[in-house]
Amino acid sequence: MFQLLDPGEFDAAFDFEGRTISAFEGENLAAALLRAGVRAFRQTPRSGAARGPYCMMGVCFECLVTVDGEPNRQACLETVRSGMIVEAQAGSAEIIQ
Amino acid sequence: MAGESTTEFAVIGGGIVGASVAYGLASSGKKATLFDEGDVAFRAARGNLGNVWVQGKGAGGPAYADLTRQAAKDWNEFALKLESESGIDLHFRRLGAFFFCFSDTELERRTRMLSDLEASATVRSHVEVMDNAGIRKMLPEVGKAVVGATFCSDDGATNPFHLLRALIAVFRRSGDYRAHHAVESVSPDGAGFRIKTAKGEWTADRVILAAGLGNRLLAPFLGLSAPVRPVRGQILVTEKLNPFLRYGISFIRQTVEGGVIFGESSEETGLDDRTTTDVLRTTAQRAVAALPLLARARAVRSWGALRVMSPDGMPIYTESAKYPGAFLVTVHSGVTLAPFHAGPLAAALSEGRLAPAHHAFSPDRFSVPAS
Repeated sequence: MFQLLDPGEFDAAFDFEGRTISAFEGENLAAALLRAGVRAFRQTPRSGAARGPYCMMGVCFECLVTVDGEPNRQACLETVRSGMIVEAQAGSAEIIQ
Repeated sequence: MAGESTTEFAVIGGGIVGASVAYGLASSGKKATLFDEGDVAFRAARGNLGNVWVQGKGAGGPAYADLTRQAAKDWNEFALKLESESGIDLHFRRLGAFFFCFSDTELERRTRMLSDLEASATVRSHVEVMDNAGIRKMLPEVGKAVVGATFCSDDGATNPFHLLRALIAVFRRSGDYRAHHAVESVSPDGAGFRIKTAKGEWTADRVILAAGLGNRLLAPFLGLSAPVRPVRGQILVTEKLNPFLRYGISFIRQTVEGGVIFGESSEETGLDDRTTTDVLRTTAQRAVAALPLLARARAVRSWGALRVMSPDGMPIYTESAKYPGAFLVTVHSGVTLAPFHAGPLAAALSEGRLAPAHHAFSPDRFSVPAS
């Protein structure tokens, strides 16, 4: 569904749920995931329903993922760093003292 | 719609207070119309913390202590009934709550205040005083800065949005809910009253002002006065977290959805419901002092809301002496008192008169000459 208008050479790769996803260093993380065909970024805390980006501008909190162990990151506000480990956000996060 | 309609009861104000009264009137078979101003209103019902709160209420006014305690006890039954009628889960929980004190002086003062209150109230409520170690047994996450706390098992919370939605949903089955109907004027009209809105006029046998801060403008039309003022509170809410906070803390609670919601500020800023960085900073610092692990939680939203405060903080329930059939209802604790407003108060209003027990809340108390 999502394609690059101006294809170039990917210069970065990151891990999403065990998959290696090619991307550009510094590009928008949510965009890179969508382009790779990822639709379910998280499961809701209440019902476990799948959710993906809705607003792409930091407002809706639907695109939450865990980035390098840090939960509840908004994928649409994160940039790709080569080697980052991204996981779908399963329900709500654990807060640890 | 234009033209004119008639109703038995016009309830002005579609927040939790007005909706509770309207729901109660409809439940007793009365024909009621609920006028809701719209999103231009200040809407205390949508900015509050959702506490069902007993401890410390009614210091200096035993009638208010009793009213609050009884309403909190009635909440269980009220929630079950409203949930079964509406199909909406109110997220009501009453597991008890702490009031944290950050100094010995504060703890001593509060302990004394609560024991005086207990002596003056007739409806019983149990408060336990504990030190930091005592709190830690129940709540291991408590911070070292907390010297002690008072814990009251009568305190709890609900989801105020669900409460409001449920009240209005059930009311609408037999009553007439008018969204975006700001009331421009309400005036005596023969034996009844005339309500003017931009979308038409109504005549009503009786009128109940439950418009929060809006009561200030509407009351004089009916020979009443609503001496309420806005007191701003600022609130923060965190990302959704797995449940870790079983009990409430006076200014912090975790919602059923998982967000931690907290705020305790109190400012006299008129009709300004904005947030300010300095107050939000202090609020966050106090929350982290209470529960250090909150330092790791991300705040995702903040907002300001205006409390509807009478001179002594207690409710005002009164009928106009000049125009009988016109009533004023204004409280600071619409969530806690919802079972009373939907129950005994609505029952009295449906009979067209306040009960003797309600006279303790007459505004006459503000005009007693100082001796």
